[in-house]
Amino acid sequence: MSGVRVLVGTRKGAFILTSDGKRDKWEVSGPHFAGWEIYHMKGSPADPNRIFASQTSGWFGQIIQRSNDGGKTWDVPGGEKVPSSGEMPEGKSNKFSYDTSAETGKPLTTHQWYDGTQHPWEFKRVWHLEPSLHDPDTAYAGVEDAALFRTTDGGKTWKELSGLRGHGTGPKWQPGAGGMCLHSIVLDPSNPDRIFIAISAAGAFRTDDAGKTWKPINQGLRSQYIPDPTAEIGHCVHHIAMHPQRPGILYMQKHWDVMQTGNAGDLWKEVSGNLPTDFGFVIDVHAHEPETIYVVPIKSDGEHFPMDGQLRVYRSRTGGNEWEPLTKGLPQNNCYVNVLRDAMAVDSLDKCGVYFGTTGGQVYVSSDAGDSWMPIVHDLPAVLSVEVQTLR
Amino acid sequence: MIRVVLPPHLRKLTRSGDEVTVEVTGPVTQRAILDALEARYPVLCGTIRDHDTLQRRPFLRFFACSEDLSHEPPDAPLPEAVANGSEPFMVIGAIAGG
Repeated sequence: MSGVRVLVGTRKGAFILTSDGKRDKWEVSGPHFAGWEIYHMKGSPADPNRIFASQTSGWFGQIIQRSNDGGKTWDVPGGEKVPSSGEMPEGKSNKFSYDTSAETGKPLTTHQWYDGTQHPWEFKRVWHLEPSLHDPDTAYAGVEDAALFRTTDGGKTWKELSGLRGHGTGPKWQPGAGGMCLHSIVLDPSNPDRIFIAISAAGAFRTDDAGKTWKPINQGLRSQYIPDPTAEIGHCVHHIAMHPQRPGILYMQKHWDVMQTGNAGDLWKEVSGNLPTDFGFVIDVHAHEPETIYVVPIKSDGEHFPMDGQLRVYRSRTGGNEWEPLTKGLPQNNCYVNVLRDAMAVDSLDKCGVYFGTTGGQVYVSSDAGDSWMPIVHDLPAVLSVEVQTLR
Repeated sequence: MIRVVLPPHLRKLTRSGDEVTVEVTGPVTQRAILDALEARYPVLCGTIRDHDTLQRRPFLRFFACSEDLSHEPPDAPLPEAVANGSEPFMVIGAIAGG
């Protein structure tokens, strides 16, 4: 019996929504980690019962939680209570220290602040967790201030892949409104050495040697809000997505503009086409149709809500340029929510399911590839992230 | 036995009530209590003080015996009432927002 498990991170805890393959009746569990911000949760493709969660707080810092039973129970790996005092703690699972070592690290530079001055690089939180496609003990973490970390022991310890932060353009990176975050991590299923990441506001980067060295892949992007609109660095990329069967083709929702590349980021072209506005945060690809993509247009960078109070998902079946609004089941009056960058996902059931969450606390599902929608839940805290596991 | 009162967010991590106890050998100071607390509950590493600098996180404060001890040196002796367990050492999340 197939089913789905939807992992929802919110401002005040995590929720897990489960259904069978029909996706019309749902069970809701949570809040898990009540009161904490859950920026992201994601399950391991190699072991769906293993889920990683980023639990964070401006007061208490960063915690990494892990479940080995599909989200029923959780532990902080390496953080177990010590039977008696006297031993020094490990507690490294929560520790994200930039690697400045002589052997493998890079010096900690400054980055550009909002006013153009230089600002110290400081760890704040984990925005995105990307489990390995093959090993349940390996996962990547994208953090603010921007850097990429990796665990190979199931989350007990994390080590920075410092070649990204230290590759030379760091002092030109700057925070977007949400902070200087590494928010997108896309693993190439055809090439284990190739990883794509994106940073607000620096741009997209690619490694072809498993994270040792990185190159900016921003040619073709045009951003009017930076001094040189076509600069190599400085673009506010909001999210990138890939279809696993065509790993050379990437789609991007930039601050403004929806973009596509057919050569793994070497050159991007705009595919905004007939969208009513091409500002937005999310973008995702249909599980079975590599050229069918979804965005949720947001009015502007100053007004983070749908145009005209109408919540509309736009779908293109041609890899962009030609878009159709999807409205059936979505509020078409007085809707002023936002859909944040990690808050859309697709399942891989025969009829592809599409999911997204809003800052108003709704999580919507379409079990017919976007033709119609229904809310799974109405009144959660503001949704930060949505991921889906297809269970077979 | 030293009594430590934790804020609600951290109780969820320790899976404890509002108060936990730790043993401290030697002088009872902030550093000694926090070392013992993190040794007993490694999940708290990084949540009360920074992993690397061991500085108190900026939005947390330490109270005991109706005194704000947040800005006392970490190696200063704490009141006898904390050392003998009659009063707790309190970790407080600063009030912010509305």
